[in-house]
Amino acid sequence: MGRITGELHDVAGDAGHRDHPPRMGFFTDTSVCIGCKACEVACKEWNMVPEDGLTFTGMSYDNTQGLGADTWRHVAFIEQRRPIGEQDPGLEYDGVDVLGLAGERADLRWLMASDVCKHCTHAACLDVCPTGSLFRTEFGTVVVQEDICNGCGYCVPACPYGVIDQREEDGRVWKCTLCYDRISDGQEPACAKACPTDSIQYGPLDELRERAAERVEQLHDAGVADARLYGHDPDDGVGGDGAFFLLLDEPETYGLPPDPFVTTRDLPSMWRHGAVAALTLVGGIAAAFAVGDRIGGRR
Amino acid sequence: MGIRERIESWPVYRQVTGSDRLGRGAAAESARTAGLRPRTATADRVVKSICPYCAVGCGQQIFVKDEKVVQIEGDPASPVSRGRLCPKGSATLQLTTGAARRHKVLYRRPHGTEWETLDLETAMNMVADRVVTTRRDTFEWTAGDTRVRRTLGLASLGGATLDNEENYLIKKLFTALGVVQVENQARVCHSSTVAGLGTSFGRGGATTFLQDLQHADCIVVQGSNFAEAHPVGFQWVMEAKARGATIIHVDPRYTRTSAVADLHVPIRAGSDIAFLGAIINHVLSTGAYFREYVLAYTNASTILNEDFRDTEDLDGVFSGLDAHGREYDIDSWHYDGLDVAAASGQRDVGYERRVGRAGTGRTAGPSESRGAGGARLGAGHPRRDETLRDPRCVFQVLKRHYARYTPEVVQEICGVPPEQLAKVCDALVRNSGRDRTSAFAYAVGWTQHTVGSQYIRAASILQLLLGNIGRPGGGIQALRGHASIQGSSDIPTLYDLLPGYLPMPHAHLHEDLDGWVSADAPTKGYWGNMRSYAVSLLKAWWGDAATEDTDFAFDYLPRLTGAHSTYETVLAQREGVCKGYFLMGENPAVGSANARMQRLGMAELEWLVVRDFSLIESATWWKDGPEIESGEMRTEDVGTEVFFFPAAAHTEKSGSFTNTNRMLQWHHAAVHPAGDARSDLWFTYHLGRLVRERLAGSADDRDRPVLDLTWDYPTEGPHDEPSAEAVLAEINGHGPDGAPLSSYEQIRGDGSTTCGCWIYCGVYADGVNQAARRKHTDDQDWIAAEWAWSWPANRRILYNRASADPQGRPWSERKALVWWDADAGRWTGHDDPDFVHDKAPDYVPPDGATGPAALRGDEPFILQADGRGWLFAPAGLVDGPLPAHYEPQDSPFGNPLYPRHPRNPVRSMPTAEDNRPHPSGDEPGADVFPYVVTTYRLTEHFTAGGMSRWSPYLAELQPEFFCEVSPELAERARLEHGGWATIVTARNAIEARVLVTDRIAPLRVGGRVVHQIGLPYHWGPNGYATGDAANELSAIALDPNVHIQEVKALTADIRPGRRPRGPDRPAFVRSYRERAGIDATTGMEV
Repeated sequence: MGRITGELHDVAGDAGHRDHPPRMGFFTDTSVCIGCKACEVACKEWNMVPEDGLTFTGMSYDNTQGLGADTWRHVAFIEQRRPIGEQDPGLEYDGVDVLGLAGERADLRWLMASDVCKHCTHAACLDVCPTGSLFRTEFGTVVVQEDICNGCGYCVPACPYGVIDQREEDGRVWKCTLCYDRISDGQEPACAKACPTDSIQYGPLDELRERAAERVEQLHDAGVADARLYGHDPDDGVGGDGAFFLLLDEPETYGLPPDPFVTTRDLPSMWRHGAVAALTLVGGIAAAFAVGDRIGGRR
Repeated sequence: MGIRERIESWPVYRQVTGSDRLGRGAAAESARTAGLRPRTATADRVVKSICPYCAVGCGQQIFVKDEKVVQIEGDPASPVSRGRLCPKGSATLQLTTGAARRHKVLYRRPHGTEWETLDLETAMNMVADRVVTTRRDTFEWTAGDTRVRRTLGLASLGGATLDNEENYLIKKLFTALGVVQVENQARVCHSSTVAGLGTSFGRGGATTFLQDLQHADCIVVQGSNFAEAHPVGFQWVMEAKARGATIIHVDPRYTRTSAVADLHVPIRAGSDIAFLGAIINHVLSTGAYFREYVLAYTNASTILNEDFRDTEDLDGVFSGLDAHGREYDIDSWHYDGLDVAAASGQRDVGYERRVGRAGTGRTAGPSESRGAGGARLGAGHPRRDETLRDPRCVFQVLKRHYARYTPEVVQEICGVPPEQLAKVCDALVRNSGRDRTSAFAYAVGWTQHTVGSQYIRAASILQLLLGNIGRPGGGIQALRGHASIQGSSDIPTLYDLLPGYLPMPHAHLHEDLDGWVSADAPTKGYWGNMRSYAVSLLKAWWGDAATEDTDFAFDYLPRLTGAHSTYETVLAQREGVCKGYFLMGENPAVGSANARMQRLGMAELEWLVVRDFSLIESATWWKDGPEIESGEMRTEDVGTEVFFFPAAAHTEKSGSFTNTNRMLQWHHAAVHPAGDARSDLWFTYHLGRLVRERLAGSADDRDRPVLDLTWDYPTEGPHDEPSAEAVLAEINGHGPDGAPLSSYEQIRGDGSTTCGCWIYCGVYADGVNQAARRKHTDDQDWIAAEWAWSWPANRRILYNRASADPQGRPWSERKALVWWDADAGRWTGHDDPDFVHDKAPDYVPPDGATGPAALRGDEPFILQADGRGWLFAPAGLVDGPLPAHYEPQDSPFGNPLYPRHPRNPVRSMPTAEDNRPHPSGDEPGADVFPYVVTTYRLTEHFTAGGMSRWSPYLAELQPEFFCEVSPELAERARLEHGGWATIVTARNAIEARVLVTDRIAPLRVGGRVVHQIGLPYHWGPNGYATGDAANELSAIALDPNVHIQEVKALTADIRPGRRPRGPDRPAFVRSYRERAGIDATTGMEV
């Protein structure tokens, strides 16, 4: 009980939930995402997350920029000069040597992906939370309790994905709850419910992982060799994510860390080292006193 | 809570004594967390509704707690949306309950500089007074020597965002008042769809429904950014893709639709007919057409009049062009062997000719009344050649017409290389035929051109040749973009139509009901019953005053004398003819072509009524519009009196929306509107009541139509809201016994039945609101016939008789839809058969049969005068029986196919100093505007922004107006990514942030490189996210059939930096006009 690294099968049970439901999560299949951002809006409407700024970024159609206290779903847009599988973007032909400038422009693909809190198996944010505001739910998800959070912010640097964030107005931290209130009532999270193409799928994590594996295979068969899963592996640095993804490129392309690990993974050894150091210190002091006593005794 | 519970609930106690020793789970749960309940679970009630944005018609659930709407989300029971919503649909809570909504009436007195407040009742009375006065002062009994019984002093605009019932009352009241200038977004969005599909197939609506796209083996999305503008409908394209269908996107830009397509074909904006023509040529020349289907169900074998001459014979024009080259006499386009004199489809011109008078002016519109009934043909039987070899048969004419539309020509005109075209041809041919079907989906990328109707015709011809109409997985899906824009065409707030696509009568000497009917109704097919539909409508409106003796009050209808579309209305405003204007959910100050002219028109009005959620640009131009900023106009000088009435949202009123595939879906009021906000049903009903009070006792014949109007709807609730269901019942119609009609088959022409819109007859069958039916999608088959109600007769795929062969057997098992059950003596199948249910496939009507009885058992196009799909349109369109490639009004290129007539010779282009077109092709000055501009929507916004720019959740997603340019153009024009660009035409100059992207590729056209500029058109100076309006750049250049404007392809210049401010802005535009040598003759040649 109480593991904070490595493979963990019963994440909710490990957090003291008895007779709990299966672990629930998101599988976000970016290969069918149409970048509509319904997930962003549905999330904000349901969770009453504030609008967070009118910034024209010039980063393709992404004016949201990233996850934060006021953005719990974020759709990334990546324009690339390479094809998706067998797709023909129509740009490869002779005669369009546009003033000699377009020589390289043969292919194009536009990747879109909806990012979200990963609800890690080993969640550093929760490990470091001193107040018990962050907690593991019976669904295995990680949720901030807004009535407990005191805004200390320890969790912010602890998150390996840079998800959790403090809201300037109230100092507290906010992030995706996987719609804890809704799923507690048997409802789907707002983003997954809205998603027009089922790019965001919600369900028992085991089922999602099976479905995802099939989908990758299907895409590989269709010539999309780049398709791969991200965050699905229980052996990865965070013990697998509760919210995982099918990507069409390296994670870095989407702004995701290639090899995330739970930032508290070294805590036990740090504690051990700390304890050793403390003992050493105590021993040293005791020795010093002992030696001092002898010296003093000599005085 | 006792001490024991207190202690036991203490997290530390729980941590120490429980199973969560690290205190990261169960032990850490707070009391608040433990008590969390979703507000969807604690709501007092859940009300069924429909999304108010685009026309996909997604189901919504409205959660109400303590009489407040607390949540809006998708309805999983809906077969259309399956519980999903796009970002706009997901932002509906903010739209309807957000801080941007106004709840108080505002008033701006003439020459006033600020808004004042006014109470609702006073404001209503003031508006009623103005209606009465303006109507009295501007009423005209005659125009020239013809009786018109109307006023051009009043106009209204808006309806596509409103309910069918609201549109119905608006049209009814205003028509009774003698107002003909009644218009809505359907004019500017899809009027050409009605003309294109209607003349081809007999009805102007999408031939299929969204869910059926999943059965397509190939889907061509062209002229549409399907995934962005209709994201939830797009799930059915993704479904088809998942089943192995090939998805093709033909578009100037690589969009979010292209991103998931198998093939994207970049094309020059404004060149689609050349592209489609080449596919038609491929299909014909390789013999890839579905011969049995074509022979049996189209007019391929029909032999044409020997006088007909094609564009190929006459250097780019069809026979019949008048001496001025501005109007076609269409008689020579006719079938051989028919009585031509009685067979003109262009009603006004034809009528004038028949009664031996010169035309009273050019008209738009007749083509639009093909929405539920094909064009009339003359008497007699057309000759056919079943071998398709006769050189004058449609098939051979078609073949010759498109013979020059080769892959090389496509490369030359569209910038699409032959390999790309070949891929599209192969995919379509491979996926069409007995066992496979392909679908087309398009939107305003096709409709908004000076040849918009012909774009749709081109796709119709292709789909007929491939045998894809009336079959599952086939068809043409017209994607409409307002919640009820199909409804506002069917129950038209359109000047040229009466409900059910009955034409508004034109002014003619001594015209009566029968004369009007005989000028339009064919002898064969259901449109042959037009008189019955009309009489029942007149009965619904004028009740006891409509009798045989009074010619069913036909004289009460005001008369047209030409085009009175919203664009002519703007001209009428500037001329001082139109003095009072209602805007009901439409924002022309930024949303209509040549936005500046729209505002200048409004500045000449005596009074203006704006009904909307927020203070849109059309409500505030007198105070802070661009002309105030530039100094061209001073607020103090503007005499227009402005009333702003806050509108009720869809959550606050009951009514029906008709979605993009003709399906009426009822939305129930969840709460009452707050403050002064009211529904348009309320506004129109009470306005009518107040006007009638003022006219009560009048002996003036002018007022009879108003006073005789049936206007006694029951009201309910705290605001005296008229019953929308009572209006729906009137639309549906009643039989002699007063019981609701159940089918249009029951409609009679003797005055014994009433029916407010014949194509909607059956929506209230058995006294049940069929549009409110909501059987869960999981409990039905894919047709989902028990979800809501589709016109006609709840059919989901039109012309589905064509899904079976002439003998009544499905073309293939895989594509079976309806078929003849010989044992039962009936048509049967998955969908309601779009045919006379008991008419056997081998039925041959006796000589002299008329109406539906004259249809053979193998003629699936039951509203066409010959029962067939029209490859060649012998009537119904004013600019040609076949689509020919013409360049846009403003184009950098000439026309290699028809060098002498590069543009549609009969296009309509109002001349005005601020509506000047550009020099085109190799004309001097054309190089001043060297780039192609196209306009479009983004997923995150809606139309002219009135329902999205004020919503923070949507505004933040696309916060600023931007232009999309290629890296090559950016380099050439020295544009900086993220910086500013100024885009300028002869009409105006705007500024936009620069988004440099590979997604908008330069193309090689006509031997040189052309750059395209993409402009989303959602912005304006008001609201939360602001920016210049793309419509400042466009001109009013119109398709002559329906007067839709060309905003999908124009030319412009682009330069770095922000646009000039103040008086420098008009001076800057003027300098461009001078540099290009633009005068009144520019761009006006035939």
